[in-house]
Amino acid sequence: MADVPMAHGLILAGVLFVLGLAGVLARRNIVFMLLSIEVMLNAAGLAFVAAGSRWGQPDGQVMFVFILSMAAAEVAVGLALALRLYHRFKTLDGDAVCEMRG
Amino acid sequence: MYSLLWLVPALPFTGFLTLALLGRRLPRRATAVVGVGSVALSTIVALLIGGCFLASPPPNHVYVESFWIWIHVGDFTPNVAFHLDALSLVMMLVVTFVGFLIHLYSSEFMIEEAGYARFFAYMNLFVGSMLTLVLADNLLLLYLGWEGVGLCSYLLIGFWYQDPANGRAARKAFIVTRIGDTAMAIAMFLLFDNLGTLQIQELMQRATQQWAVGSGLAVAAAALLLGGAVGKSAQLPLQIWLPDAMAGPTPVSALIHAATMVTAGVYLVARTNALFALAPAVQLAVAVIGALTLLLAGFSALTQRDIKRVLAYSTMSQVGYMFLALGVGAWSAAIFHFMTHAFFKALLFLAAGVVILRLHHEHDMFKMGGLRKELPLVFWAFLIGAFSLAALPLVTAGFYSKDLILWAAWAAPGGNPWLWAAGVLGALLTALYTFRAVFLTFFGQPGNLVRDAAPIPQAGAAMRAPLVILAALSIVGGFLQLPDTLGGLPLFSDFLHTILPPFQVAQGDLNTELALQLAAAAASLGGIYAAYILFLRQRRVTERLVKTPMIRALHRFWFVGWGFDWLDNRFVVRPFMWLAKIDKDDAIDLFYRGLARLAWLLSQLLGLTQVGRVRRYALGIAIGAAIVTGMVVLL
Repeated sequence: MADVPMAHGLILAGVLFVLGLAGVLARRNIVFMLLSIEVMLNAAGLAFVAAGSRWGQPDGQVMFVFILSMAAAEVAVGLALALRLYHRFKTLDGDAVCEMRG
Repeated sequence: MYSLLWLVPALPFTGFLTLALLGRRLPRRATAVVGVGSVALSTIVALLIGGCFLASPPPNHVYVESFWIWIHVGDFTPNVAFHLDALSLVMMLVVTFVGFLIHLYSSEFMIEEAGYARFFAYMNLFVGSMLTLVLADNLLLLYLGWEGVGLCSYLLIGFWYQDPANGRAARKAFIVTRIGDTAMAIAMFLLFDNLGTLQIQELMQRATQQWAVGSGLAVAAAALLLGGAVGKSAQLPLQIWLPDAMAGPTPVSALIHAATMVTAGVYLVARTNALFALAPAVQLAVAVIGALTLLLAGFSALTQRDIKRVLAYSTMSQVGYMFLALGVGAWSAAIFHFMTHAFFKALLFLAAGVVILRLHHEHDMFKMGGLRKELPLVFWAFLIGAFSLAALPLVTAGFYSKDLILWAAWAAPGGNPWLWAAGVLGALLTALYTFRAVFLTFFGQPGNLVRDAAPIPQAGAAMRAPLVILAALSIVGGFLQLPDTLGGLPLFSDFLHTILPPFQVAQGDLNTELALQLAAAAASLGGIYAAYILFLRQRRVTERLVKTPMIRALHRFWFVGWGFDWLDNRFVVRPFMWLAKIDKDDAIDLFYRGLARLAWLLSQLLGLTQVGRVRRYALGIAIGAAIVTGMVVLL
């Protein structure tokens, strides 16, 4: 396990991040957008873990735990918002909710 | 006794404050007591001081009392100080006494008015300001009184403010006099800048020492002061406000014309006579302005229908006489005419006020007529005033003062026969227009209005008493100063010569004086007789005469006051309005308005980016993050 070079980990993290970002930008369904955000968060977490293992420090994993709890909180709020949105607009389409135009 | 001097202006000011603060709560009787009483007390104090002054004059005939330093800026430390000498004493006595009589008269005249307390508050402030003006020791305090008088004239001319025409007249008076005031303010700057003080006596002393006769600065200062005097005293070319000032209640007209306001200019010139002596050109201008104004106003008065406008133009004309006297260097003659004029002009206005009040605010003389039997006391009062105004020889005050001026216009160093001729022609006109008013109002067939209004109630005691007192003064006031041809008893001018330089007789002797007096008397009597023929005996002929085209054109021209209103409107008011309109969107404003417009446009532009779609915002954030990261990595 210790043989995995950091570059691989970081490349994987980068790929995951771009996939997540593409999901956020491309999907209109708000649940899928939340899902994609989770992917992006995990990509960031993976980058931390890879960096931590490269230096032999526990900080990377500590950071990942932080991100995990933050993601849990975010999902709680995000899903609640999605529920309210569905109640109000009878749709989960994020683009339909654009009343606050300039 | 002299230490009570401060009470003279302070009492009317106290009356003003009381009425202004409590006026609404006080009953009418209390308002009258406060309003009239304050001026009455002030008159008593002034009379006591006057008696004291005559009995035991202070050293050098001057009493100065300084109260406190008003402003303290570097070398500029004007005092609040009063200066009492023969000149300010005469002014003070006339202002308080005539002012008191007018207040007493108003207490009955204005009794029906809604703004009774407001009226008396303004009147008290008016008298107080005028007293400040005449007693002031320095030009700055004088200017305070000067502006106070201007403010009160505005407030009182526009007293019946519900009618927009009255408001217009008030604004006109205020703005036109303001033009003169500005000239006077510049004169003060000039004097302080060059002589380093505003204290009048010191100013005159330094001016005489430092400036040569006819030097540029002296001429400029005198000319600017003259500008102020011309504005306040309604002389050419700033005379246009006075006829319109008749919009105010009649006692106000009496106060403005007799005791306060219009004579302020005469006082200012007399007070700064040393400066005018240094500027002979300006002094000649004073005389010429006076002569022209007295003729112009005389002709205009001849054509008016409104009884108050006749009196207004006659005031203009009489103040013209005072300016004529000042211009030829007969300072005391001007002040003497000021005093007699105050008596008979107040009398004429107050008598006219009764007529107007009894005919339900009718001003048109052609609708009056035959009032002689209806209002006998008023008739006699008006007749005495008219005789005095027309300078009926020997028995009236107006004769003695006008005669002194005419003699000075001929004989004084600055005088010449042309000025005298203008004065005599003016005397003829004065007699003519005055008795035109008398005959139209009191003689002939009673007009419809008079018949309808009968029986006309008589004036009450508060209105009768001032008429009687002023009528008496209009006759005996002149005996203070008898000309050389009648024994020579120059009590008044001797008294004034303790402070004002006397005029030296440059040409003419006793025989000339007698001849000139006879000519003036003939002008006066001739004018009265001509008025009798034209407006009583042969009225039909006159009416037919007025209908001929040339005379009708002339009549209309005079009626509108020689078209000065039209000229001003055409060449001052309209260009000014045009300029103001251009100025309204000037270049600097344009810049700031452009700035505001730009900010608005930019905000609209930025508003377009707010599409309300979360994905778009996320894209923005992603691109931003990419750019920042790229910059960190690459740079």
